[in-house]
Amino acid sequence: MPELSLVEAVRAALVRAMAEDERVIVMGEDVGIDGGVFRATEGLAQRFGSGRVRDTPLSELLIAGMAVGAAVEGLRPVAEIQFMGFLYPTIDQLANHASRLRTRTRGRLTVPMVLRAPYGGGIHAPEHHSESAESMLAHIPGLRVVIPSSPARAYGLLLSAIRDPDPVVFLEPKRLYRLSRELVDDDGQGLALYRCIVEREGADVTLVSWGAMLRETLAAAAALAEEGRRAEVIDVATLKPLDMATILASVEKTGRCVVVHEAPLSGGYGGEITARLAEDAMFSLVAPLKRVAGWDTVMPLPRLEDRYMPSVARIVAAARETLESD
Amino acid sequence: MSETVARFEIRRTRLLDADGEPLGPLPVFARDAEALLPLYRAMVRVRAFDEKAIALQRSGRLGTYASCLGQEAVGVGIASAMAEGDVLLPSFREHAAQLWRGVTLEELFLFWGGDERGSDFGGPRRDFPVSIPVASHFPHAAGVALAMALKGETRAAVAIAGDGATSKGDFYEALNVIGVWRLPAVFVVTNNQWAISMPRDEQSAAETLAQKAIAAGIPGEQVDGNDVIAMHDATARALARARAGEGGTLIEALTYRLSDHTTADDASRYRDEEAVAPHWPEEPLRRLHAYLTAQGAWSEAEDAKWRSICEGEVETAADAYLATAPEPATAMFDSLFATLPTDLASQRARLDDA
Repeated sequence: MPELSLVEAVRAALVRAMAEDERVIVMGEDVGIDGGVFRATEGLAQRFGSGRVRDTPLSELLIAGMAVGAAVEGLRPVAEIQFMGFLYPTIDQLANHASRLRTRTRGRLTVPMVLRAPYGGGIHAPEHHSESAESMLAHIPGLRVVIPSSPARAYGLLLSAIRDPDPVVFLEPKRLYRLSRELVDDDGQGLALYRCIVEREGADVTLVSWGAMLRETLAAAAALAEEGRRAEVIDVATLKPLDMATILASVEKTGRCVVVHEAPLSGGYGGEITARLAEDAMFSLVAPLKRVAGWDTVMPLPRLEDRYMPSVARIVAAARETLESD
Repeated sequence: MSETVARFEIRRTRLLDADGEPLGPLPVFARDAEALLPLYRAMVRVRAFDEKAIALQRSGRLGTYASCLGQEAVGVGIASAMAEGDVLLPSFREHAAQLWRGVTLEELFLFWGGDERGSDFGGPRRDFPVSIPVASHFPHAAGVALAMALKGETRAAVAIAGDGATSKGDFYEALNVIGVWRLPAVFVVTNNQWAISMPRDEQSAAETLAQKAIAAGIPGEQVDGNDVIAMHDATARALARARAGEGGTLIEALTYRLSDHTTADDASRYRDEEAVAPHWPEEPLRRLHAYLTAQGAWSEAEDAKWRSICEGEVETAADAYLATAPEPATAMFDSLFATLPTDLASQRARLDDA
């Protein structure tokens, strides 16, 4: 079983999907001979040919729109947007078409496409390269929004996303692309697209996160453990549709919850999760719900980037507050 | 030093004048006037539908509706040149093309009456439903054409939108890719001179909209969109290029929107009736009627009979639409995903009639 980085796991899933299903095509800017700006598609053009691995003209709206058309016509396009900051032109296609065609034709036309994009900060990238706009996408009915937090999860979730009969936005935390490796069994096994994953068990407080922030959240759980406080950590993995049952079960056990995300606080997906807990777990809660998030500011350029990103210390502090509030 | 490195021209084709006089030899398919009868009948039929749709809307029995009055030849010309296996991606004013392709009158009423089942066509199962966001379906046509090409098929994608659509990035981006990838796609701009209140000459400084093809490296041409023979011919030529692997084509169909933009619009706010009047003699039914009559292929009696048949058919379809009960409210959940996710199932269960 090979040890893969997250970006290698993405590539392994793409290779597996293309090998098992000739309807799968890859398209995007520089995804062909160049292998993509992060090398996620390296070697694909050589192996599967330029027919199925397509360098598109430089137009993000077109990439998404063509993926819709090709998917309706029977292919399984996996389209890449180079950075989330360049994903916004695709929102018209995602919100008005990809997510709607099945229902507006009452199942006659379907859109089995995946839109992949690296997202999030932490690699000191240029302006417009570090955004976390997952909650905008999660607000679109008919769309699945999936975010892996590790190489193995990237492999399994991406395979399931490609095999899914409906459109999926697959956001890859680029800070994790090469940060670490883990054993990934390239066995073609997908991971369920509607499951939150309990990453670490604990009875005192529930920490909920996704993507790259899961690292800080796990580090915070380890720090709390040194104080004798047992944090349960949940990787949301699929933001939409949300597996609320797993989160509810945890919070019913712990009575406390902190949601951690890199995206700005207001309107962030943490608001959705905490609102649901307020609705459905009110009588299990023994402390106010907490959110640790990016500030409601424009994502700063690299010099101030570290001050934007939620830190382990902020997560630990929020967890302590909830633990000490009764 | 400077030198001319490229030269371009845009040609306009018109085969019948406004009075139905041929301006030269007609294409082979049109030499037998009898062969044109289906085109004429289809134009009469969509006009009957159009009149009924407006009447239903005015009496509160249909939603906001976009009339295709005066543009019937564009849709009929395009669709009659297409093969069954081609894919049509229409904008919201192309009822004529949809009807020719086999979408039923009842389905059109259902859609404009606010029922999603109107886009679940029983006929052309692979055609797209109308695109309301302007020009956003051109990229779909490129994707459909890409899939066809990759599958090694000789089918083609045909997308239609209005003159306003040519100002959108979607249009340029898709036009560009059907050029550079030589995709089997035909893009038609129904230039009816108006984008709601915006006249064509305020939309773009370009002399023609067809010339926008030049920047994409594909052929572009203007066609008299009120001349169904010319529309059919231009589409057939473009489709032949597509099927031969020669790539995309842009057709600018010159016509005129004789109606309001939609039933929610009042065109008298921005254009005078005097500006519209000169376009009535140019409308497409009149000229083909004149030509067919002159050829002895059609008579007033046949005309009256066919109109009456169409009106009857439209009445029947309208009655069927009006008698169709709305779907259960749960339908809004049931086609959202292939399998309803648990999280949505709980919302569905909270609907009153679940």
